[in-house]
Amino acid sequence: MTGDAPAPRLLDAGDGGLVIELGETIDDRLNATVVALAAAIEALALPGLHEVVPTYRSLLVLFDPLVLPAARLRAIVAALPPPRPASDAERRLWRVPVCYGGACGIDLDDVAARHGLATDEVVRLHAGATYRVHMIGFAPGFAYLGGLPTALHTSRRTDPRPKTPARSVSIGGRQTAVSSPLEVPSGWHLIGRTPVRSYDPHRTSQPFLFSAGDAIRFEPIDGATYERLCRAAEAGEIVAEREMMP
Amino acid sequence: MTLHLVIDRGGLSSTLQDVGRFGCQRFGISGSGAMDAVAMRIANALVGNSPDTAVIEMSMTGLAATVVGGACRVAVAGAAMPMSVAGRRVDGWRSFDLAEGERLDFGAISDGMYAYLAVAGGFAIEPTLGSLSTHSRSGIGGFHGRALAAGDRLPLLGAPRGPDLCLPEADRPRSDGPVRVVLGPQDDHFTAAGVATFLSAGFRVTSRTDRMGAQLDGPAIEHADGHDIVSDGIVNGSIQVPGNGRPIVLLADRQTTGGYPKIATVIGPDLPKIAQRRPGETIRFVAIGAAEAATAVRDHHRLATGRLTRLRRVARTAEDLDSAFLLGLDLIGGVCSALDGQPVEST
Repeated sequence: MTGDAPAPRLLDAGDGGLVIELGETIDDRLNATVVALAAAIEALALPGLHEVVPTYRSLLVLFDPLVLPAARLRAIVAALPPPRPASDAERRLWRVPVCYGGACGIDLDDVAARHGLATDEVVRLHAGATYRVHMIGFAPGFAYLGGLPTALHTSRRTDPRPKTPARSVSIGGRQTAVSSPLEVPSGWHLIGRTPVRSYDPHRTSQPFLFSAGDAIRFEPIDGATYERLCRAAEAGEIVAEREMMP
Repeated sequence: MTLHLVIDRGGLSSTLQDVGRFGCQRFGISGSGAMDAVAMRIANALVGNSPDTAVIEMSMTGLAATVVGGACRVAVAGAAMPMSVAGRRVDGWRSFDLAEGERLDFGAISDGMYAYLAVAGGFAIEPTLGSLSTHSRSGIGGFHGRALAAGDRLPLLGAPRGPDLCLPEADRPRSDGPVRVVLGPQDDHFTAAGVATFLSAGFRVTSRTDRMGAQLDGPAIEHADGHDIVSDGIVNGSIQVPGNGRPIVLLADRQTTGGYPKIATVIGPDLPKIAQRRPGETIRFVAIGAAEAATAVRDHHRLATGRLTRLRRVARTAEDLDSAFLLGLDLIGGVCSALDGQPVEST
């Protein structure tokens, strides 16, 4: 891989893992390159390749060293052409309904107060941005999103909660997240909940919705709509709209 | 009534596990799988299963279960755990039969941490995302996504009756000795002194150790420049060092990404050594290069497959050991007696 970007660092993660590190920051363009690299390596369909795990700024490649020796994998990766990030027109956009505040988002008022904003203004700003899924990690379907408006950057809570509600939408530092359909520990501020299950093993045709590189927009819904969509999601509906980026 | 294993007592934490769940880590799904895949494969081989068939993994205190709807063959490998069938003591590292209605009862592990119960033919349970491994924290896989409990009825596939087999003592895996690691991917986030501490000190396994990871105690490992990184991927065996400088070896049920620097990674062949260390025991790490790790993996594979060709047929009673029985033997390298566990013949 050569090009205008600095050469990636190839780092061993034991005998069956290779980390291809493209940078050390949280950055949309860097992440787009990671996602493109993941696709390029998957397209090679290498025997012995288990899976690739795109993260903010690096790609973890898991492989069977008895079939695909690490030295060979390193040579293959080094010889790849520079990955070409997808253009916006090639990206998926998810419209994700969110019930903000109240019992769905117990920290919304606090976040508003910290920034001297009206609660409605926080919702308007949060639902007015287009986010990028930087990575899915930590827990099943937990999506880390970049693109949070600066006015909403909020440092994490000093006392993380051991359990937070499933499908919470939260803010942590410069990021926002759609949580797993499971209760998870978190130190992020809970501002809303979505009926969307980013992961559902019973939805066998599509157990996972979001992937690294996707775009997400939030659409405010009221409590009654939230309850109705939760029932639909329970019955296996996706309840998020999927389209290509406009 | 179809063939089932009915759980009478779940034990501390008994879960279905296989080689793990591949391909979904990018969606936040933990790999899971047997903590000691070597012992799992041996247990499977002893009952004639393919090595990667799902088994019941038990920790600390074992389960009690009764077979209904027929007879079945089982075997146990891994940590030393006393067990009995219908009140008669039986040994690990060999197969034996459970007659219909007979109860298999495990005690508390006396050495090691994880023991594996394989059932001939395996379980008639649908995999989740390609695997029967249980990830209890997220309720995925296995039997309803959780540890086994009294009253659970596990449907069995059943299998034709093959010979009773045992693994000779000399071939049983050991979990002592230093644990081999490959440094990185973030060893450059530690000072030279920090890396030296990691590779020279002994680290004690604490009680905060489970399928997610082994939390170790020992001298603090010095970071070079803070203890936060931008989160990246975690593998089975990643050793992360949070702010307090005490290493955590992330294991089967690990989270998929993390934001602490990882000083090193335990090589696959040595993962069972970590898994089988008990709280209070000490671990020492030794660094090897990538080429050496590749050799270690090949050697390990040769050893692991080699020992499965040296399973021996079990003679079940003294009467079985008559000359007609011995003349009738035509397999796998010999015979060992269930009476004393020692080989009585080898080829």
